[in-house]
Amino acid sequence: MSLTATAKAGPSSPAGTGPGPDDGRAAALRRTWRKASPYAYIAPFFTLFLAFGLFPLLYTAFVSLYRVELQTSGDMEWRGIANYTALFTDEFFWTSLRNTFTIGVLSTVPQLAMALGLAHLLNYKLRGRTFIRTAILLPYATSVAAATLVFAQLFGKDFGLINYVLGLVGFDPVDWQTGTVASQIAVSSIVVWRWTGYNALIYLAGMQSIPHELYEAAEMDGASRWRQFIHVTLPGLRPTIVFTVIISTIGATQLFGEPLLFEGSISGGISHQYQTLGLYMYEQGWGFFHLGRAAAIAWVMFVLIVVLVGVNALLVRRRARKEAGR
Amino acid sequence: MTALAAPPTAPEKGDPPQSPPPGRRPRRGGAGRTMKAGWLSYVILGLALLVSAFPFYWTIVTASRSNADMARIPPSLLPGPNLMKNFEQVLEEADIGKALLNSLIVSGSITLGTVLCCTLAGFAFAKLRFKGRNALLTLTIGTMMIPPQLGVIPLFMLIAELQWVNQLQAVILPGLVSAFGVFFMRQYLVQSLPDELIEAARVDGASTARIFWSIVIPIARPGMAVLGMLTFMTAWNDFFWPIIALSSQEPTVQVALRQLGGGYVNDQSVIMAGTLLGTLPVLLVFGLLGRQIVGGIMQGAVKG
Repeated sequence: MSLTATAKAGPSSPAGTGPGPDDGRAAALRRTWRKASPYAYIAPFFTLFLAFGLFPLLYTAFVSLYRVELQTSGDMEWRGIANYTALFTDEFFWTSLRNTFTIGVLSTVPQLAMALGLAHLLNYKLRGRTFIRTAILLPYATSVAAATLVFAQLFGKDFGLINYVLGLVGFDPVDWQTGTVASQIAVSSIVVWRWTGYNALIYLAGMQSIPHELYEAAEMDGASRWRQFIHVTLPGLRPTIVFTVIISTIGATQLFGEPLLFEGSISGGISHQYQTLGLYMYEQGWGFFHLGRAAAIAWVMFVLIVVLVGVNALLVRRRARKEAGR
Repeated sequence: MTALAAPPTAPEKGDPPQSPPPGRRPRRGGAGRTMKAGWLSYVILGLALLVSAFPFYWTIVTASRSNADMARIPPSLLPGPNLMKNFEQVLEEADIGKALLNSLIVSGSITLGTVLCCTLAGFAFAKLRFKGRNALLTLTIGTMMIPPQLGVIPLFMLIAELQWVNQLQAVILPGLVSAFGVFFMRQYLVQSLPDELIEAARVDGASTARIFWSIVIPIARPGMAVLGMLTFMTAWNDFFWPIIALSSQEPTVQVALRQLGGGYVNDQSVIMAGTLLGTLPVLLVFGLLGRQIVGGIMQGAVKG
């Protein structure tokens, strides 16, 4: 794998020793450059990464301890943990935390379950395989904004197509905007629509790496297709499933565009019924101009993500250990 | 911009092999390759396709009708005659034209810059040896999972300090940071660039820069193309940061759509015409390159 240090200058003395006679100096210079040059290749990325990636992330924790207002973001006034205590006594914080959780479950569970089923079907020998795969990924190419505007239209209370169809089969029109459960289902459906095809393709890639022999062996044992799915496909997919669960959890924790554009209000509905943490942060920062408070929310979200991912990893490890012990 | 990839989990004893890490082709001969799909599979997949495609169709239907049509029961299910009129109106009222141009500039610059930075860094991480390589790679991969959305407050303070609010570079420069891209290009080059090739060039006296231009770039090109497409789509669709850093004076498409949806325009069919205009370019890219994008996603796992 290594190359830099090898080749070229023949049997060279260990790098960094003093200049040899005459042309040895040029060789030493070249060696020094050879040692330093790899950093030139990573420099562009890491410069940007430090300035616009790592620094803002870490500095968020610092800002969360200050009073910073949007219009005068240069002035910072020490507040200690006051931003956090203000947060924890705000009922809308708890509302948005709860909403983030329920919308997260409502969007992630059906999305991954359907993706698994679709991947299973896509794994059969199919006519027009490429076309189907591409078409199923189409929603993923749509922006959050575009998708949400269309769905807001479809979920209209009086003239929306969904209520019209529900009416045809004898249901009363649903108020998709003000009902807590109804609005959360509507917002979740946008997420499900955008991400199911994507996850199906990820699962499909995982399924295709399961060795064929395992299925042949299962078939010889007389296992039905369903039992093959349970006993061969699912265990083989476990790392992929863990990955998609983690990614969807992270996505759900920071959900923002869908609830913002569903009705265009930054409070997530008239009684905050579908305001998520991401939206709550935006409301505090860019609606009420409290950047310090918004930073505290961002940091809470960060901790939440770390905890959720950690719990996930822990559960997986425990399960794996249990199975290994069997 | 969020881009994430599957961390290769440590294999467990007795487990069948994992899903392939980014860059490697999935092995052939998976489960169902030999099993033919029954009619029921086609029916279910057909339904799934219908659900996937319907919102697009509905956008066209509503964008080609009038506001009055939208408030009619039963709703009209076929496209109407007003598409051009609505396009004209939205171009006039919401300045979608400028938004499209800005989005093209922003996404184009981000794509070029990201692919270049990531190929350079990916090459160094894959094939060069230097002090701190593993630590830096771990740092990069470790932050891949952290949503950049959590850093927006300091980022906003930074660009406010630089007086960049409402200027396109405020969106372009942070958009260039793609830890996923570095990881993706590294995986790609580890697998497709043989060490012997580089060593042979070194024996011939080629410098690293020379090697990068004449050997690495040609070999990396397919990987760069996949990364470029994914980056372009993510950049085009990026929502959170642009609506903070930009405003209606200098909007990207997503910023303009946000304004449309936020009660800026009241005519529903005009809003939908704007949505359609904002989605068309990315659909065009998808129509032309969808196959490669599917391949890219199945090779590595990307989420934006």
